[in-house]
Amino acid sequence: MDTTVQAAPKPSTPSEYKSGLKPVWCPGCGDFGVLNALSQVYHRLEFDPMNTMLFSGIGCSSRIPGYLKGYGFNGVHGRVLPIATGAKLANPELTVIAAGGDGDGFSIGTGHFPHTCRRNVDITYIVMDNNIYGLTKGQLSPTSPGQMVTTTSSYGSIENPINPIGLAIGCGASFVARSFAGDIKHMVDVICQGIEHKGFSFIQILSPCVTFVGKDQFGIIKNQVRYLNEVEGYDPTDRSHAFQVADETGQISLGVIFQHPFPEYRHGTEIVRQRLIKRGVPEMKDLIAKFRP
Amino acid sequence: MRALITGNEAVSTAVRLARVELIAAYPITPQTSISEKLSQYCSEGTLDADFVKVESEHSAMATVIGAASTGVRTFTATSSQGLALMHELLHWSSGARLPIVMANVNRALGAPWNIWGDQSDSLAQRDTGWLQFYCESCQEVLDTTLMAFAVAERVNTPVMVMLDGFILSHTAEPVQIPEPDAVDSLLGGGPSPPALVDPENPRTLHAVTSPDHFMEFKHHQFQAAAGAEKVSVEVAEEFGKIFGRNYPGTEEFMCGDAETILVASGTAAGTVRHVVRKYREQGKKVGMMRVRMFRPYPFDEVRRIVSGAKRVAVLERAISPGSEGTMAQELRSAAYSAGGGPQVYDFVAGLGGRDIVPEDIERMLELVENGADKLQRVNWLGLKE
Repeated sequence: MDTTVQAAPKPSTPSEYKSGLKPVWCPGCGDFGVLNALSQVYHRLEFDPMNTMLFSGIGCSSRIPGYLKGYGFNGVHGRVLPIATGAKLANPELTVIAAGGDGDGFSIGTGHFPHTCRRNVDITYIVMDNNIYGLTKGQLSPTSPGQMVTTTSSYGSIENPINPIGLAIGCGASFVARSFAGDIKHMVDVICQGIEHKGFSFIQILSPCVTFVGKDQFGIIKNQVRYLNEVEGYDPTDRSHAFQVADETGQISLGVIFQHPFPEYRHGTEIVRQRLIKRGVPEMKDLIAKFRP
Repeated sequence: MRALITGNEAVSTAVRLARVELIAAYPITPQTSISEKLSQYCSEGTLDADFVKVESEHSAMATVIGAASTGVRTFTATSSQGLALMHELLHWSSGARLPIVMANVNRALGAPWNIWGDQSDSLAQRDTGWLQFYCESCQEVLDTTLMAFAVAERVNTPVMVMLDGFILSHTAEPVQIPEPDAVDSLLGGGPSPPALVDPENPRTLHAVTSPDHFMEFKHHQFQAAAGAEKVSVEVAEEFGKIFGRNYPGTEEFMCGDAETILVASGTAAGTVRHVVRKYREQGKKVGMMRVRMFRPYPFDEVRRIVSGAKRVAVLERAISPGSEGTMAQELRSAAYSAGGGPQVYDFVAGLGGRDIVPEDIERMLELVENGADKLQRVNWLGLKE
């Protein structure tokens, strides 16, 4: 009997990279745009589903692994980054993408974000930021703007929102970018750059929640957008430029905000390994002899 | 006043009536509408409390620990994964002897993901030092939440109130809403300063404690939890006098002359009661014991109820892989500790929100009465195989 495992044929169009499951998202949700963009990214980079793994946490956007071909992992709320880190370290050949929302990434999971940035493992982290908890039906999120009235801030939020871009740059991320669910071509370009970047790539995608924030969100964002690659003199390797973008008000800059070739985590482990090989592993009897008076 | 409210609204109403001063919570299905309602009360001014929508359940418990340490009445609510995330601080809050009250809307734990009801989340927390009460109706949820504050503050021990996810949390029933003055007479003027806190003599709480003293702290805690059974009964009696509704720690339903006693907790008890009634009409000697107070476990009371029966069948909405159902373990420990005791059979049903229907209970009865030789240590009801 022939027991050879036959790999599924590689999809040949973006839509073939979709699993065929009907997404459980509200009509008009920004996450549909992100799903379309990701299927195009998979196609452009000719991903082999067997070597691609998409991790997520909990939230509306975290449903995305089920909608694309390849391995998916729907993890515990907020823990997507350590789970993805474990998989990438154990199998460096795997293309590892992590995805989730603002609630998953910047609330319950915030503690993991700085450490994944500074550790610089080769993962691409896509946060579909809609400024609200959508799955639990409209509670205050860590990126909800001040004064926002939600079901858990009937009084209007009295907290300052977190600044994901500023946080990522400050924590030493080597690739920080922003895109918008209303611009598929831009998302595809930015996500491809993030995946090709060696190290941790953080991509914030503004992905409006039309149900609990409002149908006007696409228009509001669109009217404030500018593209960084069209801004004269913008240097994404300059941290001070990047921090200015993180702090901007009244406009929304899209594109690669910061990129720096910090060594990837595996570079460090390889140096340690080489050092060990060079030094050699001492014999037990030599070690014991060393401690004999 | 009578109102048609859900189990979750019953919790929020009790928290408002208890004049809680600080609430910290994080959304999780099916708990979320408890905290939403409380946020609304705070914004309307019908509850004078600080409401903090924190960044995780771990932070929610940490925040109420900090607040309760200053002597104010505190509350939080969660479910499932949220309760599991709090685990470290559940031990901490009970060890610190803080009278925190929490509602846990029972929901299954992943993997795989599931948002529906079973009791594995809270039963897994049985050794954390929290007192645990399981409710069957929306009225009982409201009343138990009120009594929880009284018990917690009298024994300086945190209390968890359980309601089945969706079946109770999102089902509306007519509920008698107590008058605020009557609630004040039960709960008095708020918690007394926490154990170890002496306002005249500031000192550091919970510093590292050497083996010379650690056991004594734990012994105090252990005794307080055991003594909470008597206090809970006293509080329930006071509650009965004020409000006319009585809640024994363990409910007996037609157990007096029963040869077979079915054991249930939470909303499944309603289905069991229905079947027991039906079998009684046929002249069968069947009864039900409903576990309401699970921590402290009322060993003597349980032994008294089941000791006359020939057999006991425990209906579990949780499992302890590698062992048997949690409820059965506890019941065996109570029933056999004096030697003898009825034969105890363990049944698992309704995990992850699967309905427990009268036919399941009838099947269970049929098996223990006429097919006991075919039964295993743990028996799964309604399994698709």
